[in-house]
Amino acid sequence: VVVSIICSPPQNYPLYIRSVPTENELKFHYTVHTSLDVVDEKISAMGKALVDQRELYLGLLYPTEDYKVYGYVTNSKVKFVMVVDSSNTALRDNEIRSMFRKLHNSYTDIMCNPFYNPGDRIQSRAFDTMVNSMMMQVC
Amino acid sequence: MADEALFLLLHNEMVAGLYRAAEQGEGENGRCTTKLESMGFRVGQGLIERFTKDTARFKDELDIMKFICKDFWTTVFKKQIDNLRTNHQGIYVLQDNKFRLLTQMSAGKQYLEHAPKYLAFTCGLIRGGLSNLGIKSIVTAEVSSMPACKYFSMYSIT
Repeated sequence: VVVSIICSPPQNYPLYIRSVPTENELKFHYTVHTSLDVVDEKISAMGKALVDQRELYLGLLYPTEDYKVYGYVTNSKVKFVMVVDSSNTALRDNEIRSMFRKLHNSYTDIMCNPFYNPGDRIQSRAFDTMVNSMMMQVC
Repeated sequence: MADEALFLLLHNEMVAGLYRAAEQGEGENGRCTTKLESMGFRVGQGLIERFTKDTARFKDELDIMKFICKDFWTTVFKKQIDNLRTNHQGIYVLQDNKFRLLTQMSAGKQYLEHAPKYLAFTCGLIRGGLSNLGIKSIVTAEVSSMPACKYFSMYSIT
């Protein structure tokens, strides 16, 4: 069970959200929305602590009893949040990182599309295909 | 290198085409400059997304301006900005002594009055890049002697 969402700052509204399976979708939307606060917290904490780690990947945001939430923020302040089923212990850190890389690459391609207005909802078939294949891989 | 000439020629045609298609009085009241600047803005947004994909997170605004002066300018114009000055209160001056888009025009004062048209796109480019990195700014340019030019980036620290 994977949900990915991309939110754009500073309004923090989702540009794209997809989840599998489709029942109980609202619960995932809610989780992702609340985890945005955790992402903001992590970014501001990073700035003050002068942490050496200036990576874009934020790692595990917080675990709950059913699922884990991972975050990733680009240099252009776009946040990616992924919710994964806890029972899926086969997913390692590297795989999550590579999934975020793929998301970031596809997002960059969309930005360079002259017909896309930054701030609009993402409605690209290539993006959908990429997300679908990622989720099939995990489930 | 052929790829440099491609963008130079395309840019010159863009400016010429816009001014040719402009309606009565649009050239004087700055609408064409605005159109060029907005084009640069959108291109800058996409470009900066691609260039910052693999770089580490930026520490502060000075870091971002240095990135624009070195990596960004090198990738787009094949050279770095020659001089960066700031007053630490939100105003940055980027000076390029041999701006690629102006070198073919003149090497002194000739055609000075036409130079601003050719700087509008790059102003937008910088503004678009900065805006995607979280900095709302106003970018203007000034030419005193071709082909050197200065870009002023002003933003408020909130």
